[in-house]
Amino acid sequence: MIRIENLSKRFKKLQALDDINALFSTGQVVSLIGPNGSGKTTLIKSILGMVKADSGTIYVNGKKINGDPSYRGQIGYMPQIGRYPDNMKVGQLFRMLKNIRKMTDAELDTDLLVKFNLASIFDKPMRTLSGGTRQKVSAALAFYFNPDILILDEPTAGLDPLSSEILKEKIMQEKRKDKLILITSHILSDLDELTTHVMYLQEGKMIFLKDIETLRHETGQEKLGKAIAYVMKGGKKEALWIDEVLAVKTTGQPD
Amino acid sequence: MLKLSRYVLYDILRSKVIIAYTLFLFIVSLSLFQLEENDSKAILSLLNIVLIVVPLIGMIFTTIHYYNSYEFIELMLSQPLSRTRILLSEYGGVALSLLSAFFIGVGIPVLVFAFDETGLALLFTGAALTLVFTSIAFLASVKARDKARGIGAALLLWFYFALIFDGLLLLILFAFSDYPMEKLTLVLSALNPIDLGRIFIMLKMDISALMGYTGALYKDFFGSATGILYTGGIMLLWIILPLWRALKIFQRKDL
Repeated sequence: MIRIENLSKRFKKLQALDDINALFSTGQVVSLIGPNGSGKTTLIKSILGMVKADSGTIYVNGKKINGDPSYRGQIGYMPQIGRYPDNMKVGQLFRMLKNIRKMTDAELDTDLLVKFNLASIFDKPMRTLSGGTRQKVSAALAFYFNPDILILDEPTAGLDPLSSEILKEKIMQEKRKDKLILITSHILSDLDELTTHVMYLQEGKMIFLKDIETLRHETGQEKLGKAIAYVMKGGKKEALWIDEVLAVKTTGQPD
Repeated sequence: MLKLSRYVLYDILRSKVIIAYTLFLFIVSLSLFQLEENDSKAILSLLNIVLIVVPLIGMIFTTIHYYNSYEFIELMLSQPLSRTRILLSEYGGVALSLLSAFFIGVGIPVLVFAFDETGLALLFTGAALTLVFTSIAFLASVKARDKARGIGAALLLWFYFALIFDGLLLLILFAFSDYPMEKLTLVLSALNPIDLGRIFIMLKMDISALMGYTGALYKDFFGSATGILYTGGIMLLWIILPLWRALKIFQRKDL
């Protein structure tokens, strides 16, 4: 579904992404994990075309993402900090995006809209919303168009426990529909039950991309948090790991 | 394209700045026509307002609008829309609202009190200047990194076109006063849309008779069809080139 080849990006002195190669396929829930400033958001924004990479290519459904913006119609994106036009009302925001994506009401996924009870704040301007409510709007928008690919940047940050559970439940549901879901989060316990693959980034470099079973097996830790901590402490990184990265690099197979 | 511009327009109308601008122009034009007994004298006073105020408000309004709608642009970028389309919609919305303000504020009084060649020339120049300076302001704001720089750059550009350029032109004319300069000044005036507009309107008025040989030469040129085409063509270049440059920069920008 998404193939990334030799992706590099530099912001002045900071090497945000350094020769990233990866392959994400349908049915995967990939957790992007790494310390602050490791390039997770930059990677996501590169996939969305908001950040222009210095070199390397990204393919979405086998098509290079240069130029034609239509591929973004298959992506639902929930940003880390949802920023919306201040004067626009919540209802208008949904109507406007529906208008832009040209979808009929039947195709829409209003699940989160209902569960977060957003209809009750449809006539409130975006500037009056609290951070958490904004986050709910972002989440509902990401799922609204029933996209094949979901990109969630820190989805549960700022949500209350109940909403956070609703969102996680929704992600689980979408996972069963064989969608590709990319999540970044620092709350590893949230990811534990969702994730199928882990991509670990550090200082713009991809340290590994592997499935959760392998990771658990190799670190000998059941919990994702512990497994990652084990890796961060510099446990045996190279040992037995079936490196999907290298596999992608050598065969270069399309998705 | 129009769909997006509609939202931009809606946002602009809500802020009410544009309504204040319309009212300001309307009251000024109306009172000038009431105060002056001779309508062509009123047009002359109005000319100075148009040449100074229209570019200034156009630049400042556009720059501030661009930074205020940054969130909107960001949101649109995650949708299946091309960057060219997003920026052109923004331009369309801003240009359309400024143009309507100008046509209502200045256009209606001029058509009522001074519906002749000079009046039409004034309207043409004002409309062209609105588009030119919206275009230049877009270039300045796309290029500048933050709001303060953007507005600063817009103000400096306005100073240059409204004041500094004339000073430089005078300097050149004095330095080379021994040589025939008519043709050269004609070319130099193309480098500043405000000057071009001023010459274009002045030569439609009776006072051009006071300008001696040079005035006669210019009247000959600007009075002819070639002159109108020349002015229109140069103005069009001033609209298209900065906007085209802004689009190019916007394409490569990280957001």
